[in-house]
Amino acid sequence: MAQMAMVMHLDRCIGCHTCSVACKQVQSTAEGLEYAWFNNVETRPGRGYPHAWDEREATGAGWVRASSGTLRPRGGGRLASLAQIFAAPGTPVLAAYDDPVAEALRSRVAGPAPETMGGARGPEPVRSPAPRDSVADDAVLAHLSEHVTADLAETFSFYLPRLCEHCLNPACVAACPSGAMYKRVEDGIVLVDQHVCRGWARCVPACPYKKVYLNPVTGKATKCTLCVERIEAGEPTLCSDTCVGRLRYIGLVLYDADKVEAAAAVADPHDLLDAQRDVILDPNDPDVVAAAERSGIPEEWVMAAQWSPIWQLVSRFRVALPLHPEYRTLPMVWYVPPLSPVVDVVAATGADGEDFATLAAAFEQLAGPVDYLAEMFAAGAREPVTEVLRRLAAVRAVTAGSSGSSGSSGAGASGAGASGAASPGPTTSARPARGRRGGPDPAVARAVGLDPGELTELHQLLTKADYADRNVIPEAYAASAQALAELGCSLDEDGGPGMGAAAPPGAGPAVVAPAGGGPAAGGPAGDGPAAGTVEATRGGRFNLLGWTGRGRPHQLFPAPAPSPARPASPSHPPSHPPSPK
Amino acid sequence: MTSATDVLLWGVLPYVSFVLLVAGTVWRARRDRASWSARPTGLAEARLLRWGSPLFHYGMLAVVLGHVAGLAVPASWTAAAGVTDHAYHLAATWLGTVAAAATIVGLVILLYRRATVPRVRTATTRGDVVMLVLLVTSVVVGTWATVQLQLVDGGYDYRTTVSPWFRGLWLLQPDPSLMHGVPFVLGLHVVAALVLFALWPFTRLVHAFVAPVPYVARPYVVYRSRGGAA
Ligand code: HEM
Ligand code: SF4
Ligand code: SF4
Repeated sequence: MAQMAMVMHLDRCIGCHTCSVACKQVQSTAEGLEYAWFNNVETRPGRGYPHAWDEREATGAGWVRASSGTLRPRGGGRLASLAQIFAAPGTPVLAAYDDPVAEALRSRVAGPAPETMGGARGPEPVRSPAPRDSVADDAVLAHLSEHVTADLAETFSFYLPRLCEHCLNPACVAACPSGAMYKRVEDGIVLVDQHVCRGWARCVPACPYKKVYLNPVTGKATKCTLCVERIEAGEPTLCSDTCVGRLRYIGLVLYDADKVEAAAAVADPHDLLDAQRDVILDPNDPDVVAAAERSGIPEEWVMAAQWSPIWQLVSRFRVALPLHPEYRTLPMVWYVPPLSPVVDVVAATGADGEDFATLAAAFEQLAGPVDYLAEMFAAGAREPVTEVLRRLAAVRAVTAGSSGSSGSSGAGASGAGASGAASPGPTTSARPARGRRGGPDPAVARAVGLDPGELTELHQLLTKADYADRNVIPEAYAASAQALAELGCSLDEDGGPGMGAAAPPGAGPAVVAPAGGGPAAGGPAGDGPAAGTVEATRGGRFNLLGWTGRGRPHQLFPAPAPSPARPASPSHPPSHPPSPK
Repeated sequence: MTSATDVLLWGVLPYVSFVLLVAGTVWRARRDRASWSARPTGLAEARLLRWGSPLFHYGMLAVVLGHVAGLAVPASWTAAAGVTDHAYHLAATWLGTVAAAATIVGLVILLYRRATVPRVRTATTRGDVVMLVLLVTSVVVGTWATVQLQLVDGGYDYRTTVSPWFRGLWLLQPDPSLMHGVPFVLGLHVVAALVLFALWPFTRLVHAFVAPVPYVARPYVVYRSRGGAA
């Protein structure tokens, strides 16, 4: 099946809240939703919004793996959940959502008290929304040692924009007793049917990201819709469209619906990240393409999946990580963890934070920041985080043009895991020679398991991606009845992940056949989609919207003809020329 | 024997109430699904709710079951099943008392919460107030009737008056004379309940009709197609 997903490149977030405000003004203006920010930006380490939302044990959120190996919502199975229906325990109270700004400002503007706040008059604010006094309340810090905590509070901070994760294994949907919440077959967007919602409020505590909001005026649950009407029209979400840092990427991934449940139920939380990556299929694999077509996914969608920046960042370059994979909901908003605050911590020790070898070595030693990011994005496993940070440091080296000499520091960097060979000390004095002009230092690229061309591509995608590169969104389609029937089967099987169309079991193939594992561990799979492949598999049509600027699709640059063939979407022209290979 | 008041209260009111209950529910289901909700208030206050609501609801569900048993099942059936009158009364009275106590304690907590927690208070509609007044009347008068008649006065056999009357209503053979002379408190309880039923579809009580029973047999994750085919 296909899933619309998002990646956020956290290094670029300046914490301006433009996204939140754009979202607020359109999506949650209803009376009763004053407190709700479908998109919020929080400072981490920090208290979060709502307070300590990632304190999952306390709120009965996400899924737990029973000793039998099956999953059950942490808030309780079906009967246990119904037994608690009369007072949905674990629902955060309004104060945990931070008193809305109007309340916080009341004493200063001395105006009349706002009459409505969740349908009621609010109290005086007791805490300010400023991050300063909230570090101590950080739920992730509670997992780390005291010594680390004190260090981190002093030196380390970044912004974390959050919205509904449109999970592959949504705990909110599982907890909804009325069946009002559902995941869309076509694009995986998780929605609430307002006419079926009865206000049982079980979804609110069940979501580990606390991204379902009850409207006390209507008595119904509401949430981020991923701006569904915009996405259907091929437009990015408001938060993405307005983002000042241009750090949000939106695109499709193809995934294997039959693998979801097993992936969410792997025993060791440290394996969850790889399991989640494995659910995502390689859109360039002919088997995957064939299976997608069989299940009724249109050509344009398969193409969009092939050009998806999400697939590039998550599966090919493996630099995007899920937020708290240990909740086992398989969240589909991914994050490129922030390198800058880590560099700041390194620089604070007097070392050269711009030097690749220095940084690569520091990641192995640095406790606080890496541990914190590991708790946040990898269920506490350090390796996936250091792997990403090293790639980001390599990208940074390309930008700086000082990517380490091929001498001592290069050797240190390319040594297995740069295991302490290059300590921060010695390399600082000798500022390495500049890499080849316009291209990355091959030693640095090799040190992070990429070839120089790939590193250039990653650099391009992370630092210079334009609108059309960041947003590859095909227009909506509706799954045909026949495709749905097949889907229904595959989902309705005993122990299958969910309920689809009512179809007689036993007939029809799986939605998307498994394609033999995900990207090979350690090294990303070959080149990105080549224009030639697209031409061959897509009947000669070319999607300009999804063109990332690589290759020379002949439709765009016909050899003899002087003018380009009809552009699919003139409003989003690719901005940069094909990179030389 | 049967006065005009009797006919009105025990012959007409039940049917008016029933028609309003059914027609109102159908109307609501067709025209106003968007507001069909339990209207939860956990966002405003959690501690009192956590005690009050389960106490009230579990108590109330037991009370409803008790009423079904007492009103719908003829005395001859239980007798045939070998339950003596005495055993029946003992069970009904004591189980009923426990259920009523839970209901009342829960209701008191919920009402206290509604009155004193500002956000819950503001979220209370006029419909809620009317509903709560009728609900409290039914519950309190009903409990009072039980205590008065069964415990203090030493027993009143409603299974020869109220119950046959109630079953007659369903068989379209209303017999108001059966209700002539029932103790005042018991009559008041029945009338309050009938009025509550009449207004039921227009209040938040409709949530009781959509109790999510199918959930127990549903796969956890629900998928739907954009085309609406699922
Ligand atoms: C059997 C299925 C029922 C379920 C699942 C159910 C569930 C709920 C829920 C979730 C609430 C909201 C609690 C809150 O957050 O404020 C509620 C409130 C309420 N329910 Fe029910 N209920 C059921 C049956 C009933 C029945 C049979 C009655 C009455 C005869 C009833 C009377 C009420 C009242 C009066 C409230 C409002 C309480 C307050 O003042 O806060 N419910 N119910
Ligand atoms: S993040 Fe979104 S999809 Fe996932 S459990 Fe929460 S509300 Fe549901
Ligand atoms: S608009 Fe972009 S840069 Fe600004 S807070 Fe939101 S995500 Fe960060």
